[in-house]
Amino acid sequence: MRTAVRTVQVSLRALRRNVMRSLLTCVGIVIGIAAVIAMMEIGNGVSTLNQRAIASLGANNLLVMPGQAASGGVSWGSGSVMTLTPQDCDAIIRETTTIRAAAPEVRASGQLVYGNKNWIPMQVTGTTPAWFDVRQWPIGEGAYFTDQDVRNSGKVCVIGQTIQKQLFENEDPIGKELRLANVTLRVVGVLSRKGASMFGSDQDDLVVAPWTTIKYRISGKNQSAGASQSGGTTASKTNPGVNTLNNLYPNQSAIPLYPELSETQAADTPMAVKFTNINSIQVGVNTAGEIPLATKQITDVLRERHHLRDDEPDDFQIRDMTELMNTLASQTELIGKLLLIVAMISLIVGGVGIMNIMLVSVTERTREIGLRMAVGARGAHILWQFLVEAVVLCLTGGVIGIAIGRGVSLLVRTFARWPTAISIPAIVASVIVAATVGIVFGFYPAWKASRLDPIEALRYE
Amino acid sequence: MKPAQPPSTDLIRLHNVTKTYHLGEVDVPVLKGITLTIDRGEFVALTGASGSGKSTLMNILGCLDRPTSGEYWLDGQEVSKLSTDQRARVRNNKIGFVFQNFNLLPRTTALEQVTMPLTYYTGKLSERDGRKRAEALLDRVGLADRMHHLPSQLSGGQQQRVAIARALINNPPLLFADEPTGNLDSRTTKEVLEMFRKLNAEEGITVIIVTHEPDVAAVARRNIRIHDGLMESGSFDERNRAAPALEVAK
Repeated sequence: MRTAVRTVQVSLRALRRNVMRSLLTCVGIVIGIAAVIAMMEIGNGVSTLNQRAIASLGANNLLVMPGQAASGGVSWGSGSVMTLTPQDCDAIIRETTTIRAAAPEVRASGQLVYGNKNWIPMQVTGTTPAWFDVRQWPIGEGAYFTDQDVRNSGKVCVIGQTIQKQLFENEDPIGKELRLANVTLRVVGVLSRKGASMFGSDQDDLVVAPWTTIKYRISGKNQSAGASQSGGTTASKTNPGVNTLNNLYPNQSAIPLYPELSETQAADTPMAVKFTNINSIQVGVNTAGEIPLATKQITDVLRERHHLRDDEPDDFQIRDMTELMNTLASQTELIGKLLLIVAMISLIVGGVGIMNIMLVSVTERTREIGLRMAVGARGAHILWQFLVEAVVLCLTGGVIGIAIGRGVSLLVRTFARWPTAISIPAIVASVIVAATVGIVFGFYPAWKASRLDPIEALRYE
Repeated sequence: MKPAQPPSTDLIRLHNVTKTYHLGEVDVPVLKGITLTIDRGEFVALTGASGSGKSTLMNILGCLDRPTSGEYWLDGQEVSKLSTDQRARVRNNKIGFVFQNFNLLPRTTALEQVTMPLTYYTGKLSERDGRKRAEALLDRVGLADRMHHLPSQLSGGQQQRVAIARALINNPPLLFADEPTGNLDSRTTKEVLEMFRKLNAEEGITVIIVTHEPDVAAVARRNIRIHDGLMESGSFDERNRAAPALEVAK
């Protein structure tokens, strides 16, 4: 133990004799480690930005679709049965842990009219305000519609940039009223621009309104269902014993839309419990990594709600954005590989620098080595001394490098506003790598020194 | 153990030591059978022309090299067959070296120079005791006021005295000086030789000086002369017969 301490002391003394050269020797390692740390931290930032960007494309999103119907062996394709209800959506929000937000989707189509202009939007979506969160779609002007609007089937909508351009041109659309399939909707907000989707369709060409508005006021198909639905809701309220899935509105405590039926009235007009079906549910998962778990949780919730027996197939489908997820994964991998290559190159350069100087040092100090051997140093002592010198050089370089790397990363954070983050694993790895480089590249010179013949070494000029 | 217990007066006993170098196919015999005894407390000069095998004998005596054949008893221990590491241990414990070119570590204070061999001495001396001993030794060689000086701040004589202090740090019974005055002027040569003489007389340390200078050899009480791989004079038997001065005169 004391020998070890003394060996380190001897090495430190030897390094102190040549402070300038020791520092310059470190430079290679300093640059290498600084590069690794800075790249790791900046890379983390870039990766975060990247993930955010890809997430905004919907990489973290799941789409729950109703199942398929088949008759006589002919499948009607996905969505051909209506098995999803807004209550399913509420249950998913309530009963899963991995979900950021979920929103029902109801689709419609129709012509938009404003003044003397008209336009047929690509997409008319009825949903809840959570949808904007799921889609990560910030508002450009105005505001989103509210949960209150959803409860009241409010005649409001949020439009995309394309619609603003087509119908309003230079006018401010906020507060203006446009007609969709002959229903007047007040524009409360304009979404920010999202551009084309991955498949080239214009994502900004859309109208978003409360799903109740779309369902009950615009898409005529299920209007009667909606009417009877309201009856069902009140019925379920007055007769809690009745098994019903249809809580019409997301917020149960809301003011009832229709006058409540008395018990007698309800008994007089029995109505079948009917579903308010929705086209799909958009689910935003917390992180891309949790998608498999979220998928499982949603499946469990829906199977239970739909009273499916174990041997029955799912009456819904959950789709994830596999392509986007793969892109995300490959991006992260790419950045990781890039960093690794940069790190390897700079560390090898630094290591060769160390080896070079150590070899010079061994040659230059041949007499010293001879003397140390003459006074009783064994080969192992000499080996350790030079090895410790190399490792100390590398570790010093490593520490300086970590400081510089952190500094660079802070500069980038301050001036480029990238979300760089301190990476403890990178620091730990750098220290280990620096020591390893010291050992690997210091070993040969140290070994050479330890093999010197004391007689020759003492005579060396 | 053939010669059961070597008499305690012997510090060094060589028996028919030879050394042969192999240069490719050719064997070059350098030492052709040296038999020699040096007692404790002797002051010996080792002389010989260059190429005589003097340096080789010195290396073997200093445990830096191994003889090709023969026996070498040092302080009661047969060292001719020891491994490299074992010989390093012997050098550390039993032999102090002083060199012609001082061999001080650059940019290292005199005190650190002197404590340096302790780094490898896995013995009983603690850091503080080692330091104390080094200070005492520097004081002894007259450098008490220069303990923290660097070699570049010391004269040649002072540097050699630092080297002597370093050689003595492990309290060796044998002090080996290889041309210790070769780089010194006549005044400092005298100083240094006086130092050796004092150490020999007062401490009873056996001193072997390797030199080619007759007046340096004259200081020693016994002069071993090597010629062509053999001892020409100074063998054990005749040591008390001839006065050293006469040897030199011859």
